[in-house]
Amino acid sequence: MVSLDNANPVVFLRRKERHVLPEEEDDDVTDKFDSREVFDLIRVINDPEHPLTLEELNVVEESNVKVDDDANAVYILFTPTIPHCSMATLIGLSIRVKLLRALPSRFKVDVKISPGTHDSEHAVNKQLADKERVAAALENSHLLEVVNQCLVRRATG
Amino acid sequence: MQSLQEAQKLSGHTERVWCVSWNPSGTLLASCSSDKTIRIWGKEGENWVCKSVLTDAHTRTVRSVSWSPCGQYLAAASFDATTSVWSRKGGEFECLATLEGHENEVKSSSWACTGSLLATCSRDKSVWIWEVTADEEFECASVMSTHTQDVKRVKWHPTKELLASCGYDDTVRLYREESDDWECCNTLKGHSSTVWALDFNQTGNRLATCSADCSLKIWQEYEPGNAEGVNTTDNISVWKCVCTVSGFHERPIYDVSWSTLEDLLVTAGGDDSLCVYREVLTADAKNSPKFEMVARVRGAHAEDINSVVWSPSEKGLLASASDDGDVKLWKLLQEA
Repeated sequence: MVSLDNANPVVFLRRKERHVLPEEEDDDVTDKFDSREVFDLIRVINDPEHPLTLEELNVVEESNVKVDDDANAVYILFTPTIPHCSMATLIGLSIRVKLLRALPSRFKVDVKISPGTHDSEHAVNKQLADKERVAAALENSHLLEVVNQCLVRRATG
Repeated sequence: MQSLQEAQKLSGHTERVWCVSWNPSGTLLASCSSDKTIRIWGKEGENWVCKSVLTDAHTRTVRSVSWSPCGQYLAAASFDATTSVWSRKGGEFECLATLEGHENEVKSSSWACTGSLLATCSRDKSVWIWEVTADEEFECASVMSTHTQDVKRVKWHPTKELLASCGYDDTVRLYREESDDWECCNTLKGHSSTVWALDFNQTGNRLATCSADCSLKIWQEYEPGNAEGVNTTDNISVWKCVCTVSGFHERPIYDVSWSTLEDLLVTAGGDDSLCVYREVLTADAKNSPKFEMVARVRGAHAEDINSVVWSPSEKGLLASASDDGDVKLWKLLQEA
């Protein structure tokens, strides 16, 4: 058994499902992407180490998701559970890939570590912002498999 | 003020296009993509059309393409860690060689002005120089590991055997051959993030670099014994940043091209825009030049623009390539 970076993480409650309003189901009404909608996309991502979601570990929070639909901008901060978490890059990559697949391509997505919450904050942020390295990483079938594991929707209890 | 007008959209690639490159006479345009192919575009009548699609040479993304000075050869750098060299014979392209040696993704390649040297660079932090032999073989002449990170781009000086590279360690390095071996002779520091691309001006006494820090920098060469009294050592020129242009791109600048026909620069970036700059006349143009933006197109492509390059043969014509899968041709027009 490989030892975990953080063997006993604090677990947080999940948010309730969002109420779907009638006008949101009306195809004639154009509704813009908002922070809750983007949060809903990433909160269900699985942590690479624990059978928990990023929301349950408080790695992602709705208040750390900023969306400006008119400017095509999505800005996300995530918080590793511990400052030396070796999974930080993988978590960031999973968030990036999830949004790459789910959002229209017009969006510019920035994924960064919450300031001051990780020892290698600058290095991880730089790597996640480098589109060429992200593209190359996703051509690596082993890494892609690991990312896909994080993105598979698990049954929630 | 001038304006950039879209002249034509060249569709065909099925995924993001990383790079476009004109052949030296400006009659052909090569593009390459994450779809693992290279497309060759040429003019038929008034329109540019796809002349050939080069496939099966690479198993992963083709990151960049570059033509030899004679226009006979095309080198393609790929994420599959190899560089393929294509020979153009009777209008057909044939894969002549596959250069192996880099440990992982090859990002860029460039031919020296004489055509007898080819440089490649990779995420493995190294820059390789290959000698082209008379019987079209490629032999590794030198491996330089001066960069401390991923090397994004290599580019030869237009008239000398002086090589420039830049990358993820935020620096630019220059290399020359010294007593039979290649060595790094200058390190240019100033950018605060990844330096994505660089280009020499026509005469080669200036270098333009662009970065994820959203700025464009102009570096001036000071030769030994220069009139300005800038110190040089070991009879090697010094390159100093004489101008920083910022405030025009809101996201990383992925490419810069210096026209060989007019004193114009163009940049392309992750904000989907293209910017054209011209040098403004100043009292001390060599040591403190100023550049003004003469044209900008926001939303020039639907997504990030990865590559932009001026035509070597037609004034004001340029090509761009984007994540949206398209290559576009643009013309710089005078506005009344």
